[in-house]
Parts: sequence; structure tokens; C-alpha cells
Amino acid sequence: MTTTMQPTGTREIQFREAINECLRQEMELDENVIIMGEEIAGGAGRQDQGVEDAWGGPFRTTVGLIQQFGKERVLDTPLSEAAFIGAAIGASSTGLRAVAELMFIDFIGVCMDQLINNAAKMRYMFGGQVKVPFTMMTRIGAGFGAAAQHSESYYSIFSHIPGLKGVCPSDAYTAKGLLAASIRDDDPVVFFEHKGLYGISGPVPEEPYVLPLGKARTVREGTDITLVGISKMTWTAFAAAEELAKEGINCEVIDLLSVSPIDYDHINESVQKTHRLIVVDEDTPVCSMASEICSRVAEEVFDYLDAPPSRVTAPHTPVPYSRAMENEYMPNETRIIATVNKLMGR
Amino acid sequence: MDLDREALLKLYNTMTVIRHFEERGIPETGQRGMSASVHSSAGQEAVPVGVCANLSDEDYIGSTHRGHGHCIAKGVDVKQMMAELFGRATGPNKGKGGSMHISDMSKGMLGTNGVVGASIPLALGAALTSKVKGLNRVAVAFFGDGASSQGVLHESMNLASIWKLPVIFLCENNGYAMSTPSEYGVSTTHISDRAQGYDMPGVLVDGMDVFAVYDAAAQAVARARSGEGPTLVECQTYRYYGHTVFDNPLTYRSKEEEDHWRARDPLNHFRTVVIPQGEITAAELDQLDADAEALMEEAVKFADESPLPKPEELYDDVYVDYPKDMMKRGVNMSI
Repeated sequence: MTTTMQPTGTREIQFREAINECLRQEMELDENVIIMGEEIAGGAGRQDQGVEDAWGGPFRTTVGLIQQFGKERVLDTPLSEAAFIGAAIGASSTGLRAVAELMFIDFIGVCMDQLINNAAKMRYMFGGQVKVPFTMMTRIGAGFGAAAQHSESYYSIFSHIPGLKGVCPSDAYTAKGLLAASIRDDDPVVFFEHKGLYGISGPVPEEPYVLPLGKARTVREGTDITLVGISKMTWTAFAAAEELAKEGINCEVIDLLSVSPIDYDHINESVQKTHRLIVVDEDTPVCSMASEICSRVAEEVFDYLDAPPSRVTAPHTPVPYSRAMENEYMPNETRIIATVNKLMGR
Repeated sequence: MDLDREALLKLYNTMTVIRHFEERGIPETGQRGMSASVHSSAGQEAVPVGVCANLSDEDYIGSTHRGHGHCIAKGVDVKQMMAELFGRATGPNKGKGGSMHISDMSKGMLGTNGVVGASIPLALGAALTSKVKGLNRVAVAFFGDGASSQGVLHESMNLASIWKLPVIFLCENNGYAMSTPSEYGVSTTHISDRAQGYDMPGVLVDGMDVFAVYDAAAQAVARARSGEGPTLVECQTYRYYGHTVFDNPLTYRSKEEEDHWRARDPLNHFRTVVIPQGEITAAELDQLDADAEALMEEAVKFADESPLPKPEELYDDVYVDYPKDMMKRGVNMSI
């Protein structure tokens, strides 16, 4: 069932538990769903020594799956991303619905060929003969002192590629509903989990549900300016909006959720009301989701704008290690508030 | 080898159809201004034919940029293939793929592939599907000597070995990666030696001898079907022409070398083995050659008379489901 974009009910679970629950339910519902990746169980091959899953994934999103579904459907892989992600794409084009996990998006370089030249293009190149219901789960996000090769937020790269879809859930509710949608979708979807969201709890229905791919949602209504957030940045924008409300500025906050397709109409509609736009994006600024949204808004609703469409993003640098620099790198409430004030002419 | 008369005739027929397709189809494609990315497999016919004679439509193959022979051997319709090369709507890919992406899922043909080594994990995935669903299918990953140095092959061989997947790594060593000789680019004496690193059998085969290829593939397929895991088979073969139609191979190899390999032509070799056995006559094989020539005439006519794709089909089949206007929103297309 497709449900509303806002959660109902009172049961609260963490973002990581929502992902785990979704995988469990989707694997129960469809025996063609398999999952593979590095360390998704952990301790592979040590069942004879009593090891079932050593960790259940580095962030415990896949814990318990191997006990329930067995090692035929829950496959720990060696460190061979090109082979296992390619195999998941091949399996998805021949009758399975494979989920593969790339531990961190920073590792995409070693397997990108399989995504851009096979997953994204097979259906098109084959003249529509094949469906590739493949999901790649991966992790994004800085703020943990993990430095430049474990912290990037490379979702815009995938938005750029025709044939791929992408989603960035922002809370437990959207994580469960969008992951279910990604797995059930007949196209390849990249599912981006922000590491800073795993421990955050929120209301999540127990029964399986799907949220629509390609739809944004408004998480705070306002009249003065539109803030578009992506993934965890939705909540940074939300916090800035709460601060600004104290000063009498009423921000509308949109949670983008889907990075391909992008819900331009939802954003345009908001900007037509508020006449101002800031995109808050943890990714770097050049050729980014933020620049894409600003350019579309400038083209499509130019006449409604009272100020230039603007961005609050990471700088055009890799992610630094030291907190002293990483704190400066991350978009934050202060920068958002300053940018809002500038656009409001205050 | 347990081939009856009918099976033998089929082997020869498929080889001569491939040869005629390459000899006729490629220049015809060039004459229509669409020759940029077409690679001839003439000279290599024994390999796909010997391998695919062991497979059914349920089994899968992944192929390469030099893949016309794989397609024909796996049963893809030759007239449709010609139409695809000519960019017609009646091609199996509706004109969206061309020579380097010909596919036919109904025949277990997972596509020729323009990126060297890229199709190998797709075959691995097809083998995984078979294993998970208990389908007893096998998958063959065709690749060349150039791809034998791609990391994805080595990752795939390791993964197939630890998971005991029903897959055959089938290397067509035609001696050259573009113009780079395999003895320069490959660290081991034989590519088949690399199997040792992945705890699987490595078999070296005369790729100009369709019977040798058939036998080696039969063993590898039997091993895969019985759940024992993958095999690496290296077939030593030769491409008669350049990498594409644009290079002159005599800038990197000798006429003597070419003559040596042409003297071992796979179709002639078949004749020298089979005709003396007395069951099949030279005249029968001549007739198959003539039939193949006629088939190409028919294929060229079919392709020429086929409609071109409509320009607006440009937007079709990017996704199963996606907002259609997104393909062209804001980019000022004319249609």
C-alpha cells in the first residue's frame, strides 16, 4: 500500500531498525529478494564455530537476516564490489530482485562501471527487453571524523545518470517506506543512508508499506522562504526554521527524499508561494543537487522570485578529518540563518 | 565427442552463417554510414559454436564487443541482427543497441557489451539466479585476452569459486587487445594458468578446432551443472581482420602470421575432419555455405525494408516507470 508522506501511529523505532525491519519484511513477502554485500552478516563461513552473524552489518542494519533466511539469500561477499554488484545486476536481470550493499559511497569508484554501463543502460540498450529490479544500499554523510574516504555524499552523481533512480530518506518512517519502494521497483534504485540518522527514533508502522519514489514532502509549512533539505540536512534546515520563527520569519521546509526523479513541481509550488529558495545540501556545490534545483527554479518560476535561488552546501573541498575543520565544512543552522537573512534583505 | 550427423551439420551451418554474417553484414553496415563500432569475429567461429552447442535457450551467455558469433550461436535471429546493425526498428534492440549491445533475453543472450570485461559479472549474476532458484542453468562469460587483465574478471573468478556458481569463464584469446599482443599484456604463459589462483580447472584449447572447443565446453558445463563450480577455458583463436574496420592489422602483425592462422581456418578444419569419415559430403557443406549466402541476401533485404525507429522512441525504455516529461523537461528539444 502507498501511504501518506507523514507517519501515523505511536510505535517508535530507530532509523537502522526501520531498515532492518523493511529488509526482513520484503524478504518474507518475496522469495526472489536476496541481499549481498561485505559484512552484512559478518564472520561468514564460521557457522561451525557457532558464529551466525558477527555484526549484522557495520551499522547493524542487516542483523538477524542470515538466521531467518539462510546463507543462500543473505550472502556475505569478499571485498569485490565490481563482481558482487555486477552479479546483483545480472541476478536482477534474470529473475531475482537483488539488493547489494556498498558499505560507503566513497567506494563507488571500484564498481561504478557496473552501475553506469550495465544497471543504468541495459533496459535502454536492449530496447526494453529486460527489467533490472536492483537496489544498491549505501551510506553517505560527514560529521564523524571519518575523513575524506568515508564521508562523502555523492548522490548527485547518480541523479545525473539516466536509467538510475535514487532516494535519500531522512527519518525512520521514510527509510522503511522508501526502501520497500526501492526493492519493489522494477528499475535500479540507489538508496542512500545517512550515518548520522541511524540512531534517531521516530514513529514507524509495523506493517509493510511503500512511499512513492520521486515525491518530496513538506515537513514545515511557511510563507516567507522555501528551504529544501536533503537527507539529514532536512533537519538542519528545520532547526534553522524554528530559530528564524522566533524572529518572525516563517520558513517552509521541504524534505526532497528522492534525488531521481526530482519532484520539481513540489518545489516550484512552494517557491510560487514564498518567492525565495535556499537548497541545503551536504554535498559539494559544483554540479550538485543544490545547483540543479536552483537552476530549474530559475528557469521554471523565474517570475515569482524576489531573490536569487541560493545554496548552503559543503565547500568545494574533500571532507577533512579534524573536527576543527569538519565543523566548518558541514552546512549548519548559522549559515542557513545568515543566508535567509540576506535573501530577506535583513 | 558424441555428435550425430544432424548435430555435426548444425555446427558447420552455424559457423558458416557467422562467417557470412561478418563478411557481408559489416561492409553493408559501413555502406549505410553506421560502421563505427562494429567488430568482426571472422576466424573465431569455432569458439562460440563449440560452446553454445552445449547450451539451451534457458542457459545464459554474456558477450563482448566482438559478439556477433556469440549471438548467432546462441540462436539470435540473423535477420533481426542485420536490422539492428542497420539501426532499424526491427532489430532485437529496436535500433537502440547496435552491434555492441545486441541482446535477446528469450535466448538467454545477456548482451554483447561495449566495455571490456563488463559482461562477466552479469553472467555471474545469471548463475547466481540459477543457484538461488534451483534452476540448473549455467552461464557462460565470454571475454577476450584483453579482458583477462581486467580486475572485474579476477574478482568474478574468486567469487564464483567460493560460491561454486555454475559459470564458465570462456576466454577467446585471439592474440590481440586492439593492437597489443597478448604475450605483452598477459603475465602468465597462458591465460588458463590464471585458474590456479582461484582453485578452479584451467583448460587450454585449440580454438580453431570446433570439436576440441565442444569437448572442453561439455566438461565445463557438466561440472557447472553438477554443482562443482566454475571452469576457466582459454581458446586460442585468431581474428582475421583488424580490431574494427578502421585499422590495418599489418601495422602490428605480419602477413606470415595471418597466413599461418588462415591455414588453420575453423570451417576448413571441420571439412578435413568430417568429410573423410564419409557420413557428410563436401557437396552438403557447400550447400550450407550457399544457404548462408542466401540468408544474408535475405537479411540485408529485410533490414533495408524495415522501418527506422521513430525519433521520439529516443525517450522510451530508459526506465520501466519514470515521469516521461523528465527526459526532456527544460532542455528545449524539438520533439
